[in-house]
Amino acid sequence: MLHLKGLGKTYKTGDVALSDVTLEVPKGQIMGLIGPSGAGKSTLIRCINRLVEPTAGAVMLGDVDLASLGKRELRRQRRRIGMIFQEYALVERLTVMENVLSGRLGYVPFWRSFLRRYPPQDIQNAYRLLDRVGLMEHADKRADALSGGQRQRVGIARALAQEPELLLVDEPTASLDPKTSRQIMRLLTEICAERGLPAIVNIHDVPLAQQFMQRIVGLRAGRVVFDGPPEDLTEAALTEIYGAEDWHAMRAGDAEQAEAEAEARARMEALA
Amino acid sequence: MPSRPKPRLRRAPGWRRSPDGRALPHHLETAAADRDRPALAARPAGGIYLVLAIGTLEVDWARVAAGLERGQRFVMGFLSPDFASRWTDIRQGLIESLTMTLTSTVVGVLISVPIGIGAARNLAPRAVYYLCRGIIAVSRALQEIIIAIFLVAMFGFGPFAGFLTLSFATIGFIAKLLADDIEEIEEAQAEAIRATGASWGQLVNYAIQPQVMPRLIGLSLYRLDINFRESAVIGIVGAGGIGATLNTAIDRYEYDSAGAILLIIIGIVMVAEYGSSYLRKFLQ
Repeated sequence: MLHLKGLGKTYKTGDVALSDVTLEVPKGQIMGLIGPSGAGKSTLIRCINRLVEPTAGAVMLGDVDLASLGKRELRRQRRRIGMIFQEYALVERLTVMENVLSGRLGYVPFWRSFLRRYPPQDIQNAYRLLDRVGLMEHADKRADALSGGQRQRVGIARALAQEPELLLVDEPTASLDPKTSRQIMRLLTEICAERGLPAIVNIHDVPLAQQFMQRIVGLRAGRVVFDGPPEDLTEAALTEIYGAEDWHAMRAGDAEQAEAEAEARARMEALA
Repeated sequence: MPSRPKPRLRRAPGWRRSPDGRALPHHLETAAADRDRPALAARPAGGIYLVLAIGTLEVDWARVAAGLERGQRFVMGFLSPDFASRWTDIRQGLIESLTMTLTSTVVGVLISVPIGIGAARNLAPRAVYYLCRGIIAVSRALQEIIIAIFLVAMFGFGPFAGFLTLSFATIGFIAKLLADDIEEIEEAQAEAIRATGASWGQLVNYAIQPQVMPRLIGLSLYRLDINFRESAVIGIVGAGGIGATLNTAIDRYEYDSAGAILLIIIGIVMVAEYGSSYLRKFLQ
């Protein structure tokens, strides 16, 4: 389904965030991406839908190479990839329903989205999704009126509204409490199973990853250092991924994060 | 370094020493000793300059007396405002001013929105960004009166020149603040909308607009307020409205009518102030 071939990302400052990442994610597989801060997890999933531009390699989704697309075609292909964010990234002042329908933006012309005149089947589908994530009665509330767990459910519904063929999930539980985290992970895995949807999940929490993921990929300093089922994630493997006490990598991580954000901002300009 | 600084930069010597004559820390003491001489010389020099400068002011005491008397008449007029005798002029001036204010705010804001978007670094390509920032800079650099004088010379006396002046000034105000606001949005929301495959227009409509709209409305109401006050000022240079009426009243020595006009302006500004703050609260 998704095939990364020799994917690399070097920031303008010369920092190497990813080097030669080759991975294959088959249909229906939920893959957890673990690694210390700054290992390139965030950069890796953003290179797939090109919120961050990869500098080397190919991103094959089906038989389309996402890394080589022009702007217009990239927008069309982004519809196939749903994304779920760490801090939910809902548009706070819009209603829950508008947020879910914003998943359809790639499919509808500007005037429809501007006048909020979505096709009836989109609206029905949005209600079905809200029902699925258990927020039916909150449809007309503003997104900022919801709790963290509820907001993340809206985020999931928005991603699913795209009818994606792949889910990219960036630290879905990083700002949630342990119980809500488990509920969100359960919901995600159930939904992926129902739809045969492959997913790449960036995750900080190793026990949570072991509990819910079918496959785990460990990233360290931009390279894949572990790839296997959760059972194989032994103490030795974890040391290989996280290092004994690699404070240097942690600090470098902050710099990388800042760079990823700066790049994302720069990408906004490219859109114009 | 014996180069002697200019005396006008000296402070009084007492500043360097505490009143009881205690020694200052070494570096201060040497500096103070160094500077005592020019400072002592500067004092009488400064005094002479001041006397000479005051001497050049020609004070015509007869004019001061006449001015005070006029001022007194003005205050009397203000205390007994006459709304009635020039009411038709006042009414016409008011209607002109209010029309000018409203139309210029609406037109100004409508033009400001695209310019503000163009002047946001995170949304516009470089060339558009510099162009729009340039327009904003020009609009902000020119004070309303200067634009009004220029436009009155171009289009003649009357509210049309005032309307153009205020529209132009509104662009500098609203577009700049809108652009700065757009540059400070939460990027994550925009990133999420882009990830859905949204176009640029959809991105602006879904990720930017909801974040900046409340403030844009607040700023527009505030600008409405400013434009009314400015309409009174630019009327004096011939751009119509209540300012023109006020100017005529003062030229005719009709201070009671002028007082009435000032009271009306104050009243309307207060109503606009309370009205807009109420509206803003309501719209949040």
